Amino acid sequence: MLGDEAIALGALHAGLSGVYAYPGTPSTEITEFIQNATGYGKETYIIGGHELKANGKIHSRWCSNEKTAMEAALGMSYAGKRALVCMKHVGMNVCADAFVNSAITGVNGGLVVLAADDPSMHSSQNEQDSRFYAKFAMIPIFEPSNQQEAYNMMEDAFNLSESLKLPVLMRVVTRLAHSRANVEIKEKANDENKLNPDNGRHWVLLPAIARKNYLSLIEKQKDMINASLSSKYNKLETTKQNAKLGIIACGIGYNYVMESNAEDVEILKISQYPLPEQKIKDFAAKCEKILVVEDGQPVVEEAVHGILGAEYSILGRLNGNLPRTGELNPDSVAIAINAAITGEEPKEYPTATSPINVVGRPPALCQGCGHRDVYTALKEIVEEYKDARVFGDIGCYTLGALPPFQAINSCVDMGASITMAKGAADAGVWPAISVIGDSTFTHSGMTGLLDAVNDKSNITVIISDNLTTAMTGGQDSQGTYRFEQICLGLGVEPEHLHVVVPLPKNMDEIKQILRDEINYKGVSVIIPRRECIQTHARKLRQAKK
Amino acid sequence: MKTDIILAGVGGQGILSIATIIGEAATKAGLNLKQAEVHGMSQRGGDVQSNLRLSNETIYSDLIPRGKADLIIAMEPMEALRYVQYLSPNGVIVTSSKPFVNIPNYPDETELFKELDSQNKVVRLDIEEMAKEIKAPKSANVILLGMAAPFLDILSAEELRSAVGRVFSSKGEAIVEANYKAFDFGYENANK
Repeated sequence: MLGDEAIALGALHAGLSGVYAYPGTPSTEITEFIQNATGYGKETYIIGGHELKANGKIHSRWCSNEKTAMEAALGMSYAGKRALVCMKHVGMNVCADAFVNSAITGVNGGLVVLAADDPSMHSSQNEQDSRFYAKFAMIPIFEPSNQQEAYNMMEDAFNLSESLKLPVLMRVVTRLAHSRANVEIKEKANDENKLNPDNGRHWVLLPAIARKNYLSLIEKQKDMINASLSSKYNKLETTKQNAKLGIIACGIGYNYVMESNAEDVEILKISQYPLPEQKIKDFAAKCEKILVVEDGQPVVEEAVHGILGAEYSILGRLNGNLPRTGELNPDSVAIAINAAITGEEPKEYPTATSPINVVGRPPALCQGCGHRDVYTALKEIVEEYKDARVFGDIGCYTLGALPPFQAINSCVDMGASITMAKGAADAGVWPAISVIGDSTFTHSGMTGLLDAVNDKSNITVIISDNLTTAMTGGQDSQGTYRFEQICLGLGVEPEHLHVVVPLPKNMDEIKQILRDEINYKGVSVIIPRRECIQTHARKLRQAKK
Repeated sequence: MKTDIILAGVGGQGILSIATIIGEAATKAGLNLKQAEVHGMSQRGGDVQSNLRLSNETIYSDLIPRGKADLIIAMEPMEALRYVQYLSPNGVIVTSSKPFVNIPNYPDETELFKELDSQNKVVRLDIEEMAKEIKAPKSANVILLGMAAPFLDILSAEELRSAVGRVFSSKGEAIVEANYKAFDFGYENANK
């Protein structure tokens, strides 16, 4: 099964009562698996030949964004039940307020936050490492090295969360989330926790209480370190006694180290944090130098510098022994190990140059997609207004930045199209046009639109509505069929709110509305609405069955 | 024993179905398996690939090291060529010979095939035409799997063929038969 599916099943078998998430590659399939396994009134579900009891009451509906997801899960934990929150790495930025403070309140029922990082940015705008967030919040991390471990760890993570009364982060990367392997599973799922709402004052983060909670969180650090020291996931492996090179292999970095078949090395596998400092000191004492192999940013490498001091020789991404950016792979790790053993400069890392007669084939908007018609209209309008700037957002329509459209000037984070257009308009840019999808609008666009309305900012907002969260594979969108009411409720003037159908035959109408609304000195919203052709085709196929 | 396979194509061509069939056969045969897939942005008309590793020993890395792949199975000739640096010196390329041109700068086809044919061993056939010939237009990918079967040392052709049956069983007898026919047709033609 897929790594994401192993995580989902591990959570279900650990006695999960609810998953809360917003779709985001590479984390989406976790929630989808739980929806498919437990939804639709099934009594049992069959995985890998085992028939298991389904529980139609397990919450799995999509949330508006990662912050609402995190808070709802904390509420479920408050009520005594086990809850899982799933997101891609940048979702951690959205839920950071709730996430960091959930370590101060503590939890009641087990609470696991699953962050799927995307080193190499296969489908993301950065490669931030979620382990920083757990260190910042001072909570434990589990980082599985393979699908089996991901399945097994989920139960351990819930147990640790309940014994420490803290949320636990599970961090995975694309190559685990989106890779399949055989996984052995339990025959029976745990029962869910009973409803048992907490009553303690520690949930009220008034300064006087929060100060006490913070001290108690600091007290718990030694329990967390002890858990890491005795963890079966942090283990020593030796191919040769008294090897000069020690390798600290974190998460899936361990797989690439093992794949290299390196002899004459000692390996310390790290899959549970905070770092077991004493173990690392003992390990370093046996070796002459240490290579840190971790996917993502050099989180452990920096920490090991602190643990071992300036005298000790530590190799990794920071000193150039491994590439500073991008995901690890068996080739880069093999080169790094070889260089670390010989003490030579690592030989050149193979780059992703294409062989002769091969050219890039970038992704493109589907033929027949409504976003295409929106960009066709927009491109012509922008040619009429030479100073126009188009602020884009996150979704399929970000592909409007590529040829043939090249129609957007920015794409930063969920919802930024509206607020950046507003700021640019405040500075004097005209026309300032924002393009945002329906799901992104309800995720983080609504509050920005309220700001713009309150300021009567001179912007034109296009909510390109395809009735779904298309980029991640067609999940439900939270505001479907309610966008006019939402915009009116936020104060958009009815005469400056338009719904159009993005089809070539309506091109003249759409362009005229765009011109009129650009010329209006205030907030206008245009909603081109036509269902995503992928979800439409899927529904037709299902209807046929 | 192990077999490392790179599956390549353009989003929507059905390479993941090939992976599913091989995976089904491997699981039935009790082999270990790892299969790294591409989801999300790269699916929309862009290049897609999957690393599929089969072994009777522990498999660590989800990704195949450069120069170690035994087989490239591709639904598109330029996509086959994209991964040649991962192919071992004795490796085999099994590919559709029909270019899928959805980009303005697609390379010159004569040059493309010259480069492709200069590789160690290449089996290329127009699987879309073949699928039409046997009146199974949706089974071009299964024809390709049949073509690849003689080179997939770790699984027998019979094991792969019966996995085709199991994977399509929920879709009815007619579809299973069409896919058996496609598999056999590919297998026979690969040997020529």
